[in-house]
Amino acid sequence: MALLELKDLHVSLEDGTEIVKGVNLKVDSNEVHAIMGPNGSGKSTLSYAIAGHPAYQITQGQILLDGEDITETEADERAQKGLFLAFQYPHAIPGVTVTSFLRSAINAVRKAKNGAVDDPIPVPEFRTELFAQMERLSVSRELASRYLNDGFSGGEKKRVEILQMAMLKPRIAVLDETDSGLDIDALRIVAGGVQELIGPNMGALVITHYQRILNYIKPDFVHVFVGGKIVEEGGPELAKKLEESGYKEWEGVPA
Amino acid sequence: MTQTENEIVEGIGSDYAIKYGFHVAEDYFFKSGRGLSHELVDAISSHKNEPDWMRKFRHKSLDYFNARAMPNWGGALSEIDFDNIYYYIRPTEKQADSWEDLPADIKDTWDKLGIPEAEKKYLAGVGAQYESEVVYHKLQQSLTDQGVLFLDMDSALREHEDIIKEHIGTIIPQNDNKFAALNSAVWSGGSFIYVPKGVRIEMPLQAYFRINAENMGQFERTLIIVDEDAYVHYVEGCTAPIYSSDSLHSAVVEIVVKKGGRCRYTTIQNWSNNVYNLVTKRAVAHEDATMEWVDGNLGSKLTMKYPAIWLVGNRAHGEVLSIAFAGKGQHQDAGGKCVHQAPNTTSVITSKSISKDGGRAGYRGLLEVAHGAKGAKSKVVCDALILDDESRSDTYPTIRIDENDVDIGHEATVSKIGEEQLFYLMSRGLSEAEASAMVVSGFVEPITKELPLEYAVEMNRLIQLQMEGSVG
Repeated sequence: MALLELKDLHVSLEDGTEIVKGVNLKVDSNEVHAIMGPNGSGKSTLSYAIAGHPAYQITQGQILLDGEDITETEADERAQKGLFLAFQYPHAIPGVTVTSFLRSAINAVRKAKNGAVDDPIPVPEFRTELFAQMERLSVSRELASRYLNDGFSGGEKKRVEILQMAMLKPRIAVLDETDSGLDIDALRIVAGGVQELIGPNMGALVITHYQRILNYIKPDFVHVFVGGKIVEEGGPELAKKLEESGYKEWEGVPA
Repeated sequence: MTQTENEIVEGIGSDYAIKYGFHVAEDYFFKSGRGLSHELVDAISSHKNEPDWMRKFRHKSLDYFNARAMPNWGGALSEIDFDNIYYYIRPTEKQADSWEDLPADIKDTWDKLGIPEAEKKYLAGVGAQYESEVVYHKLQQSLTDQGVLFLDMDSALREHEDIIKEHIGTIIPQNDNKFAALNSAVWSGGSFIYVPKGVRIEMPLQAYFRINAENMGQFERTLIIVDEDAYVHYVEGCTAPIYSSDSLHSAVVEIVVKKGGRCRYTTIQNWSNNVYNLVTKRAVAHEDATMEWVDGNLGSKLTMKYPAIWLVGNRAHGEVLSIAFAGKGQHQDAGGKCVHQAPNTTSVITSKSISKDGGRAGYRGLLEVAHGAKGAKSKVVCDALILDDESRSDTYPTIRIDENDVDIGHEATVSKIGEEQLFYLMSRGLSEAEASAMVVSGFVEPITKELPLEYAVEMNRLIQLQMEGSVG
């Protein structure tokens, strides 16, 4: 039984347009799967659907987490069970500091794990962990007391996404175009931060257009995603091939 | 978050009915009949053994009230049944300065509301009004020694008659508006504060107003005088039981801040949803003085309240920070007024309104600059957050400028909580209600950050309760 399993997953927009057209995928802990595809192939739709965005309707198929069907559950329940989506465009929450948001999120997850009974993280433990993770991800201390993503640069947003991941310790991380908007130094830090989290406790699904993030987060499996479907699968060598020849080979394929 | 804040936050989750909406048996020293009349005014004045001038002031005010038409703006006032209200209830014969001396039911009420505990932890003085009278009052001895006066208004009239006579009705004339006239006729309780020159009271003074009886009318009257270079932070809170018929709360608050003084007046209004809350608040700020209203309106059926500041001395500064949260069946018509009458005066009005479940929240404000108030600066920012399609937000800004040399800014925004924002927060494990509450808390943060920690926590907790839809 895989940690995350997509079974024949079909996803439509609210107007009925089908974007994801039957995806099968198994991701286990200690594994990195890359989903690579051109713009408009439905990559972001797939990541939103996995995380439980209400605007994306699963019309067919299933999402299983640890063998449990989570297809019908809300985003918060999925997160509480250990699913994490690093957003391509994280939203700003004015008036809510990064620290206060993180503590609330951690406590929400802890409460769910504790049978809906409050089990807040002790403040000293929270602070120690937060400062250690910020140090590791080169997030400046000053950012902790700023409002979440409010006026952050692209790089700061992405770092704070990974900081959230590091603090929430999910079992499955889905990264949606995490490399976009990052310069090479930032990419090294951010991707390196993810790579360190992958292990017996976490697997990752890295969704990307470009191969460059895979230099830092080494994929075990590469899935080529075109027209809402996985059209080819292979090992890390497939990513290199894509970098050289692009997606042309598959884009003519009728969906 | 500090340890203290954690401890306070642990209280989150209970609802209004349990925490505030209860009532206890009535075992009162005196309860008037229903309805409003000159006989009633006489009865109140006699009970209080007032000087003749006050009795006349009351009668005259009642005439003004009767002569004035109901306001035809703001909210729906036509359903108020003035004949059905109890205008005066005196719960105990004597005021206590020890909680232990109060009747058990009343003491229990204050315990449940956490007032004695708050007094121990972080307050310099407390007045606790139950129905029409302040039943408990106490000020720290060190402040008494410095000449600070903090009494209920009735005691102040007895003990400092000349000061009261000099000031009462001068900031808010008894015929200022229909409800100020009503208050002037039947007022009872409220606070009187005098802070002597140069005395700075670091911890807040607090008054808490509690209605217990059904169809109660509470009409406290507050007068605050902050002398030169003095400072006080006065905080008021209020709650009431949930009843199916209406109660009325109509206060008048008059404040004078003398040269270089500063007064901050914070309100956390959390009446049950059957209370009409129609309040007149006005302050006069002299040279280099600062007046700040921090006005949080979360409860009540209808609130009409626009705390005002008259900037009459050079360089006087005024701030109004207003939060209005209107849930189901609620109408918050809140706002603020700043009137610049002297050169180089400055003011800021910041209003944040939130409406939900068909509630209606609005900003109604006045910014006025008189001729000759050269160099006046003012900024008005009103932001509205509407949580669903049934709810409503209104903005009625009035700006009157009669001077060319001014710097005036006005910004208004209306927004809705975005589905994307909620999804983002929910994807981190927060429930939809928690996520919405977080967005709303963030929205009002520019104001809650101005509150002392305990009140900021209380405000956020109340917002959270509102978001859970469990209030009233």
